[in-house]
Amino acid sequence: MSNRGNLDRNRFLAYHREMLRIRALEETALEGLKQGLVLGAIHPSIGQEAIAAGVAGQLRRDDILLSTHRGHGHTLAKGADPEAMMRELFGRQGGNCGGKGGSMHIADFSVGMLGANGVVGANIVIATGAAHAIRLHGDDRIVACFFGDGAINRGPFLEGLNWAAAFDLPVLFICEDNGFAATTRSADLTAGPGPAARAASFGMDAESIDGNDITIVAETAESLIDRVRRNRKPAFLHARTYRLTGHTGADPATYRPATEVEQAWQNDPIARSRALLVAAGVETEVFDTMERAVAAEMKQVFEAARNAPWPDPAEGLTDVLDARAPEVA
Amino acid sequence: MAEMTYAAAGAAALSETMEADRTVWALGEDLGRGGVFGQYAGLEARFGAERIVSTPISEAAIMGVGVGAAMTGTRPVVEMRFADFALCATDELINQAAKARFMFGGQTRVPLTVRMPVGMWRSSAAQHSQSLEALYTHIPGLVVMMPATPADNHAMLKAAILSDDPVVYLEHKNLWPLSGEVPDDAAPYRIGTAGVARQGSDLTIVTWSATLHDILAAAGRAAQAGVADIEVLDLRTLWPWDKACVLQSVRRTGRLLIAHEAVVVGGFGAEVAATVAEELHSDLKAPVRRIGAPKLPIGYAPTLENEIRLGPDRLDAAIARMMS
Ligand SMILES: Cc1ncc(C[n+]2csc(CCOP(=O)(O)OP(=O)(O)O)c2C)c(N)n1
Ligand SMILES: [Mg+2]
Repeated sequence: MSNRGNLDRNRFLAYHREMLRIRALEETALEGLKQGLVLGAIHPSIGQEAIAAGVAGQLRRDDILLSTHRGHGHTLAKGADPEAMMRELFGRQGGNCGGKGGSMHIADFSVGMLGANGVVGANIVIATGAAHAIRLHGDDRIVACFFGDGAINRGPFLEGLNWAAAFDLPVLFICEDNGFAATTRSADLTAGPGPAARAASFGMDAESIDGNDITIVAETAESLIDRVRRNRKPAFLHARTYRLTGHTGADPATYRPATEVEQAWQNDPIARSRALLVAAGVETEVFDTMERAVAAEMKQVFEAARNAPWPDPAEGLTDVLDARAPEVA
Repeated sequence: MAEMTYAAAGAAALSETMEADRTVWALGEDLGRGGVFGQYAGLEARFGAERIVSTPISEAAIMGVGVGAAMTGTRPVVEMRFADFALCATDELINQAAKARFMFGGQTRVPLTVRMPVGMWRSSAAQHSQSLEALYTHIPGLVVMMPATPADNHAMLKAAILSDDPVVYLEHKNLWPLSGEVPDDAAPYRIGTAGVARQGSDLTIVTWSATLHDILAAAGRAAQAGVADIEVLDLRTLWPWDKACVLQSVRRTGRLLIAHEAVVVGGFGAEVAATVAEELHSDLKAPVRRIGAPKLPIGYAPTLENEIRLGPDRLDAAIARMMS
């Protein structure tokens, strides 16, 4: 599908860099978890970075993105500041949400990132609502909504996809199929021919792809997003991948054989991206420089987050309601 | 000044708000045909199907779309048809709408109005009759409003739509045909304020929604019989509730009865009672009491439904007990 001999090197180097940043951010977060600096659960997307980088790379800054519990990659790729993200994960001042959300509620409205979500599948109907609002405003933004293979068995999946199709809304639904819903193999409990077929049953354009191939992800997302933007109709991207870590940062993932994971590492999207770029003539030094810069960025992010102050407890009383009853005399 | 029904007052409030602000829109099942109770009558013809949106039977999506659209620069008015069906959208309301502003650190607001018709109405039985306000008063991040008159439905619905907070707006199904004066030049309703529906000096009764009318009738009977001169407070907003108004009244009367259609156990009356007991213990001439529904599903046959209702006999007895 992609013309690899003529790889647009600058474009794919940018995605490569984004994947490296996501990986480094999450490895930094896992180190923070080990040191007790990350306070709650985190869900790493290590092994799935090509989907975040490849899809977000096709979005405009004013487009909207909604994510899941496994949302660090989407958030960073949409343009959020990694230091603010790490501060949020550490529950510190200067976090995207001021330490009120943590990993599962990370959001950066200034770049159109309308939130991760602690409830599987919940973002599907919210994303549909953002797209409905865009329809009312009459502008040409679109919404990208990420969710996992587990989410397609929840009711809001049916309600959201039907709604988006019935009202001709500009949403790209992206199912990141890593084969697992927590400790369960999704295939064991998902009936029928899979996510893309379900989407197609609503009359949507639906593509099923290798989500670990950055060229395929970027080019398919580009074409679907272009159609969504022009036709003001939803589309669906089913991207197959593999979660190389446990479900959470603390999950040893004993429910799958080590050989399966070893094999999956052979399919690491970052290694594959690098191989493509090498084949296209990119020199080793380019990668070395890029990796050093990313490592330095995340080192700085870690230090800044670690040294950031805790939120003022009074902050916990704000951002609830404006409405106030009259004062008691 | 115009005479209109509670349903028409709701339609007028929505219509005036939509007229003034292009970002206000409504979504729910069958709205294009005026809604199931006629509370959207004529609005699709006036504003078009793009802003009076008839939706699929997808409560989670109706609410969730409302949340997403509220975070994307619009003011959605979400219609749940019956409060009972809003239970199909509890995640979208309780985990999403009520939490988004806080958990995202103030980056967004959710200016959402959720209309949920409540209450017993013509043998509608267990799944179409509930008064579930206490569920929502328990949740941080939601405003809860319950208008009892056409004038209040007009002023309060406008205030709800203009509020940047998510508002659970519970209209009573038995009140739709109730007719009353709706002033054109009413002051905007201030969310969180109760109304003094009747002044009195012996006993304060706090109530809301359709029960207000039963209480006013009972207060009339009590006055005529010389049992008590009753002050009736219509709470109107349940969260945040007008403690100042209630405390000030009970300080004067020394007696408090709380009456609501919902189940007494865990009802919002418990919150009012506990607060008054904590704040005014030494001013009380009688124990604070609550009256409402027994903890039973609502039956279909009128004889069963009446077991749940606060009929005149139960009310008169409760008042007599407060004064004894
Ligand atoms: C409604 C709901 N049910 C259950 C959970 C607990 N939970 C969190 S993540 C997860 C698995 C989700 O699987 P999938 O959608 O495939 O996403 P992945 O974790 O693989 O990225 C579960 C069951 C939840 N957060 N929300
Ligand atoms: Mg999964």
